[in-house]
Amino acid sequence: MSWNDPRPMSPHLQIYKLPFTAKLSIMHRGTGAVLFAGLILMVMVLLSIAGGAESWASMQSFLSSFIGKFILFGFTFCIYYHMCNGIRHLFWDIGRGLELEDAKKSGLMVIGVSIFLTLFTWIIA
Amino acid sequence: MAEFKLPANSILTKGKNTAAPSGATNTKNFIVYRYDPDSGKNPRTDTFEVDMDNCGPMVLDALIKIKGEMDSSLAMRRSCREGICGSCSMNIDGKNGLACTTAIADIEGDVTIYPLPHQPVVKDLVSDLTNFYAQYASVKPWMQTDAPVSPDRERLQSKEDREKLDGLYECILCACCSTSCPSYWWNSDRYLGPAALLNAYRWINDSRDEAKGERLDELDDPFKLYRCHTIMSCTDACPKGLNPAKSIAEVKKLLIQRKM
Repeated sequence: MSWNDPRPMSPHLQIYKLPFTAKLSIMHRGTGAVLFAGLILMVMVLLSIAGGAESWASMQSFLSSFIGKFILFGFTFCIYYHMCNGIRHLFWDIGRGLELEDAKKSGLMVIGVSIFLTLFTWIIA
Repeated sequence: MAEFKLPANSILTKGKNTAAPSGATNTKNFIVYRYDPDSGKNPRTDTFEVDMDNCGPMVLDALIKIKGEMDSSLAMRRSCREGICGSCSMNIDGKNGLACTTAIADIEGDVTIYPLPHQPVVKDLVSDLTNFYAQYASVKPWMQTDAPVSPDRERLQSKEDREKLDGLYECILCACCSTSCPSYWWNSDRYLGPAALLNAYRWINDSRDEAKGERLDELDDPFKLYRCHTIMSCTDACPKGLNPAKSIAEVKKLLIQRKM
């Protein structure tokens, strides 16, 4: 929406103190975008395997580097967060948990569970 | 596409500072958005040092005091001063609400006051809500019936059916919810926003209304209804404690239910 009004637009994102639920919603969008980028990485991993031992070795050395591990760790969290918050959305879709207090609690739960699952995955992996 | 930055003519500049009268010991700063359409200049923020020992308890009291004693050119809307007319809706301390029901004591530090977010500004705290009202009108917020009405009898409703309207009919159309919604900021040209949708649901849910099907047909649209992503900023902002996010979810549910 381009602004072709001679009058100013009142400030919005710049000044609004977004509630907790809104921040989680932005995170859902953000993690979704990361998952899209992460899928490209996964395809590259598969390609490197298909390319033979040499290309897989170079991919493996990248993935086991600090940066590679950092990316994979972030990707793990994004998967779990997006999944848990997706389940939260399913509850909303059947009309449950839509009171503000419930939405705050379920949001905290989503964060807690996705952090736990991320750490758990990395500990057993 | 969402435009996160303000247009060039909307970037804020720093305005003037008005000190409290000498002798005032208990003061609080009110940082107020100002825009003068006659000046041709960008909007600015003015700081008013208000003597709190001589001021009512609500943000509206402070604004009226500023207008009365410090700067009579300040423009704002206000009327009932008791949270029922919905005129003094604005952004106070980063959150939308009514100036008349927001206590100054509840705000720590300086009080920042902006017009309702992402709207064209007419002057100072007065924003142009033409689009908001048009969206409200588009949901046909009146009773539609085909059945002939008897001239000597009201349209009756059971106590239970009447209770289904609680939490819906109380909306005062202050626009706090719609203008708090990021989705509405980016898509207000096509997304109806929480206030209009809550009111649409109010009529869908009314046992006396006979246009439920048409009302649902009208809302079954990827933009009008489905730009709601349950961000819940609307429910957080509503000064009447209503839950537009829940009403929208109920409409989505009804649309699915009637397909099954």
